Amino acid sequence: MPERGPYLVALAGQQNAGKSTLFNMLTGLTQHIANYPGVTVDKKSGSYFAEGRRYEVVDLPGCYSLAAFSLEERVARKFLLEDRPDVVVNVIDATNLRRSLPLTFQLLEMGFKVVIALNMMDSAERRGLEIDIAHLERRLCVPVVPVVGRKGRGEAELRAAITKAAVSEHVTPATLNYGSLEEAVARFQAGIAADAAFQDVSARWLSVKLLEGDSEAETFLGVRLDNPHGMLDEVYKARDAFEAKQGLSSGDHISGCRDRHAAEIIAASVTDSKAGQVPVSERIDRVLLNRFAAPLFLLATVWAIYQLSIVQGYELTKITWPFLASFRNLMAGILPDAGFLTDPQIRSLGLWIVDSINTLLNYVPIFLILFALIAILEDSGYMARIAFILDRILHRFGLHGQSTLPFILAGVFAGGCAVPGVMATKGIPDARARLATILTVPFMNCMAKIPLYTLLINIYFPEAKGLMLFYLSTITVVVAMLVAKLLTSSVLRNEETAPFVMELPSYHLPTLTGVARRSFDRTWLYIKKVGTVVVAIAIVIYVLLQFPGVPAEKQLAYQAEAEAAVAQFYETLYGNPLRAAVEDPARLVDLINVSSAYKAARLNAGSKSAVEAMDVTLAEDHPDFVPFVLRSRDADAKAANKALRDLSKQRSTLRREMRSDRIEASFLGSIGRAMEPVTQFADFDWKINIALLSSFAARESSVATLGVLFDQDEGENATLEERMGEQQAGEGRTAVSAVALMLFFALYPPCLATVIMVRVQTASTRWMVFSIIFPTLFGLAVASAVFTGATALGLTGLQTMSTVWLAALGLLLIVALPKPWLPDFLPGGTREAAE
Amino acid sequence: MRRRVFQAMGLGRGNGVGRGGRQKGYRCRDACCRERDDINLNDIVPGEVCRICRLHGCGSVRQRLLDLGFQPGREVKVVRNAPLYDPIELQLGDSFIVLRRREAAHIEVTHA
Repeated sequence: MPERGPYLVALAGQQNAGKSTLFNMLTGLTQHIANYPGVTVDKKSGSYFAEGRRYEVVDLPGCYSLAAFSLEERVARKFLLEDRPDVVVNVIDATNLRRSLPLTFQLLEMGFKVVIALNMMDSAERRGLEIDIAHLERRLCVPVVPVVGRKGRGEAELRAAITKAAVSEHVTPATLNYGSLEEAVARFQAGIAADAAFQDVSARWLSVKLLEGDSEAETFLGVRLDNPHGMLDEVYKARDAFEAKQGLSSGDHISGCRDRHAAEIIAASVTDSKAGQVPVSERIDRVLLNRFAAPLFLLATVWAIYQLSIVQGYELTKITWPFLASFRNLMAGILPDAGFLTDPQIRSLGLWIVDSINTLLNYVPIFLILFALIAILEDSGYMARIAFILDRILHRFGLHGQSTLPFILAGVFAGGCAVPGVMATKGIPDARARLATILTVPFMNCMAKIPLYTLLINIYFPEAKGLMLFYLSTITVVVAMLVAKLLTSSVLRNEETAPFVMELPSYHLPTLTGVARRSFDRTWLYIKKVGTVVVAIAIVIYVLLQFPGVPAEKQLAYQAEAEAAVAQFYETLYGNPLRAAVEDPARLVDLINVSSAYKAARLNAGSKSAVEAMDVTLAEDHPDFVPFVLRSRDADAKAANKALRDLSKQRSTLRREMRSDRIEASFLGSIGRAMEPVTQFADFDWKINIALLSSFAARESSVATLGVLFDQDEGENATLEERMGEQQAGEGRTAVSAVALMLFFALYPPCLATVIMVRVQTASTRWMVFSIIFPTLFGLAVASAVFTGATALGLTGLQTMSTVWLAALGLLLIVALPKPWLPDFLPGGTREAAE
Repeated sequence: MRRRVFQAMGLGRGNGVGRGGRQKGYRCRDACCRERDDINLNDIVPGEVCRICRLHGCGSVRQRLLDLGFQPGREVKVVRNAPLYDPIELQLGDSFIVLRRREAAHIEVTHA
């Protein structure tokens, strides 16, 4: 038997028709998901086997027709023309037949073998629509399979219909008659059919497209013919003649014919037993979209998302963190042992990477919940309503109703991630608003910004924590709006805009599998995309921080101090019988390592019994170390324990000093110092510069880097807050400096993962670079202005922050309020929004 | 009353008209349009039903509206305003569609 290739099946249909659900139903787990369902422009493909043949299924982007206006439609059309699928499954929302059938007619016109999957039959039944499937099949001359994608009903029938259509040689002729234009259509059809250049396209389809005035069809003609002008002239002539005669453009006439034909078919095949009744969705909307109730419901929804994902998610991370911590301890055990003064490079690097990965994985529970909730919002249909409610405000700032989702994902309050936020901008049909959203989403408070805020607020504003957090989380939204306005009226002014035309889908009860799947997919995407980048950058930052290393003479001084400390240790234990166990200096290092591993594990141990179990293991593995590590009443053991503690303390101090020296001498340290002349206006010293530089890799690392720079002994247990507060106060730093730093951090460029996502989503390196440079300069300007201004005026930190916040709010109102003195300003003031 | 307030704020009817411009050589033969020439969907208050006469504007907006079923002759019901007055929700057959007032101003209608 000759080798037969797979059949190519394309899923075509409108947005919200349930294409993605049917696609999942057909292909199961074999699919390649490159992007989000519903908001895909990229191709999703998968496959399945039936009767010994492979069926490759491609999910086309949602489109209403195959005109050349929107990107989705162009992508779908290009695929249909170039890949010529064997079968096209036209997914139709059974509750919305009239609007769906024009696409069916176009698919038939293109000469495809079409199978109609009449989806959402259950909704149609609930709405009281009785659809005469047999009649529909007769009128359209193609198989019509009723399915309920969400429940998996009709799957076998659909597969059977696809197989039958794939095998059959019969192609349904198009049945749509264009009335007064039919004569012209037929004329060009005959002309095209006779031309050898057009053997692979449907002559009738091309003829209709040309008469419709489709620009791409005209281009296509130019590609296929050496001299298309003769035919094009004739087409123009025919179009003009028709318009002159009918007073209607041929395109409108064709579109009208399709609509009337659809109406005619539906009139004969659908009975509406509940005609005139108000649909359930509309009844829900009367409450949810009520002028006064809508904002309340919206606030309640956003609050619930915040509570469930961020607050409860953090609770969950308390359960998951010990697993990550024990993973780190495990790795610490596997990697080469630590030395007394310096560690093997591979150990430091390994732990550095593990730490970077752990900070990332720590957010996974939060993301799972957050993405599940957002999937519920999308599937239920409420997301579209949010866009409806907020469009006016967002539009005022050059954004779009559908910018809401990206902003929520990126963390309108506190806690989110700009990476999924930027990814979610795919759904915005307006190019200008989309770019503005992409460039402002990183201003939101991503989860990694919070630790630095908390750190600084705890140091400088212990009595006004809540107020400061409120200021910070609201000012970012205000600034994002202002920047969006600024960008859309300057650099983005010439970008293409699109109207806000959106269908409000009926409310659906989301399914568990659908929601879970989406949540896992998106979280996985986050881990994959961000994970690889974070690891790569972690290594780069590590190298920049480690090299060229501590200067040689300093190194020698440290070495001498270390030797002195060790000698001191042995001297203290002179005459102590326990000294024999560590007589060999290599054993001493072992002891110190065992002791610190024990301490780390003990911190992570949850219960008393776990600690006891650890003690037993220690006694088994290293019986001679027990007196040093565990406290006991025995005098010798007490002395040994104390000597070890003193030694560990000295070791930590030395190591910290060395690390600090190393960072100062490092490449990153030099860069941080070199930046001081510029950053001094915002009162950032080199340490903060380094932290900000390293936070470009991932925001979390800013606090980690500060932790290293303001490092101290483990034994002393002073929090980073205390350490940093002390040192900073010693250097004359005040709360105003902290405000400047927090503002800069709030406006700081997106982290590297986000920047890469910006590159992916805008498909432009120029915008990627812009997304780094603009916020840096902007943030630095704001921070410098705030610091210099507040210092000159002698304001306190809280006063400064309040002033900045009020100023930003004032600016927002000025931009938002209608300006009657500007005649050509966009219509639609936002007086209510301001109130 | 509310309508008057909005008009005072410069938000009343007529917003956006003419931005898209009429297509060259475009004439309406529909009798309904000649009687009351300049009512558009933006002027209809929620709860009212009207009939589409023609679409102004061009390009993708127009195509999208046609695809969604805004065909001359069809009836449209204005369902509600958004809480902030703009956009508006329309019912066209069985589907509910949201439009900004600026786009709605492109759709010329007559009272049904």
